[in-house]
Amino acid sequence: MNQNAEELNKVEKKDLFTSGHRACGGCGQALAARLVQDASGENTIACVATGCLEVFSSPYPDPSWRIPFLHSLFENASAVASGVEAAYKALKKGPVNIIAQGGDGSTADIGFQSISGMFERGHNVLYVCYDNEAYMNTGVQRSSFTPYGARTSTTPMGNKTRKKNMPLIAADHGIPYVATATVDDFRDLQRKVKTALSIEGPKYIHILAPCPLGWGHHGELTVQICRLAKDTGLFPIYEIIDGKLANVKKIRAKVPVEEYLKLQGRFSHLFKKGGSKETIAEIQNIANQNIERYNL
Amino acid sequence: MAAAELLSIAAFKDGKFSQAFPSFGAERVGAPVMAFVRIDDKKIRTREDVQNPDYLIVQDYNLIGSVPVLDGLKPDGLILVNTELKPEELQLKTTAKVETIPATEIALEIIGRPIPNAIMIGAFCTITGLISLDAVQEAIMGKFPGRVGENNVAALERAHEIMQKR
Amino acid sequence: MLKQVEGSRAVAEVVAKCRPNVISAYPITPQTHIVEDLASIVGRGDLDAEYVNVESEFSAASVVLGASAAGARAYSATTSQGLLLMSEVIYCIAGMRLPIVFTIANRAISAPLSIWNDQQDSMALRDAGWIQLHAEDNQEAADLHIQAFKIAEETHLPVMVCMDGFILTHAFEPVDVPDQKEVDNFLPPFKPTNIVDPRWPRGIGLFADPRFYMETRYTLHRAMEKSEETIKKVSEGFAKAFGRDSGGFIKTYKLKDADVVVISMGSIVGTIKDLIDQLEEEGKKVGLLQICSYRPFPRREIYNSLKDKMNIVVVEKSISLGRGGILASDVRWSFPRAEKKDRNISSFIAGLGGRNITKNDLRYMVEKVEKEPVELEFLGLKKELISEKDL
Repeated sequence: MNQNAEELNKVEKKDLFTSGHRACGGCGQALAARLVQDASGENTIACVATGCLEVFSSPYPDPSWRIPFLHSLFENASAVASGVEAAYKALKKGPVNIIAQGGDGSTADIGFQSISGMFERGHNVLYVCYDNEAYMNTGVQRSSFTPYGARTSTTPMGNKTRKKNMPLIAADHGIPYVATATVDDFRDLQRKVKTALSIEGPKYIHILAPCPLGWGHHGELTVQICRLAKDTGLFPIYEIIDGKLANVKKIRAKVPVEEYLKLQGRFSHLFKKGGSKETIAEIQNIANQNIERYNL
Repeated sequence: MAAAELLSIAAFKDGKFSQAFPSFGAERVGAPVMAFVRIDDKKIRTREDVQNPDYLIVQDYNLIGSVPVLDGLKPDGLILVNTELKPEELQLKTTAKVETIPATEIALEIIGRPIPNAIMIGAFCTITGLISLDAVQEAIMGKFPGRVGENNVAALERAHEIMQKR
Repeated sequence: MLKQVEGSRAVAEVVAKCRPNVISAYPITPQTHIVEDLASIVGRGDLDAEYVNVESEFSAASVVLGASAAGARAYSATTSQGLLLMSEVIYCIAGMRLPIVFTIANRAISAPLSIWNDQQDSMALRDAGWIQLHAEDNQEAADLHIQAFKIAEETHLPVMVCMDGFILTHAFEPVDVPDQKEVDNFLPPFKPTNIVDPRWPRGIGLFADPRFYMETRYTLHRAMEKSEETIKKVSEGFAKAFGRDSGGFIKTYKLKDADVVVISMGSIVGTIKDLIDQLEEEGKKVGLLQICSYRPFPRREIYNSLKDKMNIVVVEKSISLGRGGILASDVRWSFPRAEKKDRNISSFIAGLGGRNITKNDLRYMVEKVEKEPVELEFLGLKKELISEKDL
């Protein structure tokens, strides 16, 4: 990593993902996408999967993308990006930043096959996952990133499975760089993007991107919710560099999960009459396990 | 679409045949939508978009400047807009009848949330006499049980009062 | 019970009443309301079934394949991209003669991306060995599902019930949703015959070398042809039990004295009927032949109904790129060569990607074919969007 600290920590504003898109007010993903593209710069090709981002930003005839943009299907952004990378190699063009981008489904579910392949073959591609913990674009259906206990339109009684640990799965493919981030910390997020892009090989960044509509909270609370996700231990912030855990963001003052859950409509059933204390206890247990595992 | 749904259920409860469907149903939740409703005494078979409406209900006043709302509205039709402004203040270039009602404000006051549907439908039914208030009430209670339903019915009644005075 | 309800909801309620044991689907617009409603029904305990939330359509189809092969009544729903993604499995299901029922919420195919209605998706899988039934309205969409399970289990052929996405799935209109007892009387419990079970060990899905493969395809083709009888019988039985006409092979409207006959399928049929009545008032005689069973294809019915009709126009929401209208092709094939000479069979492509089809568009179509036959025309094409060199 040969970028100096000053460059890495500068907050970039290049407007490469411009305004006028059709995202909901308060959309975490829209903010994250803007930060990612700006951190990468003009020499970037974005390979975007079907999902909220693609749908609100790329309608004909006025897309928000001021860098090259390629959208194919829901499940193949990683494979498509692999193809772009292979072409640049074969044609001896570049260097160029190739960023495959998608949400829950295109990363961990329907697109799992192609991202695993991309990692395993070692393509020089950065994959950015915008995690809003459900299939928001099609109407808030559960995904493998939906946390335990959350209500979605296909888990109306509360999700009964644990959140899939995609950052660790990515790391176990032996890729050189993995990081987690949240949309409230611009500097940290952009630093991680720039760091990733300075490394050769497959990279994975997992960004928690709250969805006010799907999670059931006011847009103004996005920042607070990100902070609570971190301070409860439910969303740990770290990097994995060459297989080793690094730069773990420690929790200064641990917060009980209820503080985080009660702000969101998707967990409101846990606090109503007949709400499950066991579920909340289990969520706390998950948070505790994270704190121990990552030494938060 | 929720308002269109309510209207079509109310029409059904009044013994009419009704069809309601979204236009350009945006896949992303929360996007502005247009919906169509047809009401008739006999079975409705056609599936075309409604291009020449008799009635136009505009729930978001901001659409008026940015979208050609008036396109196709019948010259002797009716447009009902959700706004605090008076009909003349809208300065709409149309021969159709223009009515307004501050539905969002009423909703905030009576229901506690800025959801104008029941008020818009209530005002609409009062002006046109197309569907009975009872049917709308039944439709509301069927969809929103308990206090939410009651609040919406109260809002419906307020809309009725306001439009009757005009 | 007659109620004003969203098409998707009516379908979900009816499917639940058919008592599927395993439901597995992946959400995709415009099918989402169906699978969400079913999730609620199962979640509430109103249906005792395994609801498997999978990670892609490929897996959804694979899950129902496994479930059916193990003896469960299985159901899924998809559209467009999802249907194409699972196409391998679709062929497998037919080859394995599994009586699975799917709802296809017809939608256009990428690229470019479109979430809106046309019938390119189910058309793309028309050769896979599935029975394909098309609904005219939400009542028929609901009814066809009940018939579909019965047809599938009697013929050992999987069935796709096709309903136009958004136009039907998201439309609110009156639907009579039968009660559980009525459905139980009509649709007996599934009695699977060919399943994996240690009590009767058998292999399903063995590979077939050149000595054996061809006969499996012949058998499947003949089974599709013979299913015509079951499709008609079930439709008639349905009419007796529920008191309304639904499904079957074809339906006709004001065909008798028609000078021009329009052939189509799906929801567009409603708009066509309105136009026909309008034209009748103006003194014009136009009739409709509506296809309900697209596969197996009602070749004989078309020929017999239209033997004396010399001016036929096919309007469809699909196209075989590089060839032309698919339904039109099938219709043209329904008439023996000798009888084609003076007969005009025109082909129009309409409504692709959800393009609105108005009565005026259809009127233009009828007036055009009254003057001369049309080999192939895209209805309502916006030439201003196409560059000169591409016209």
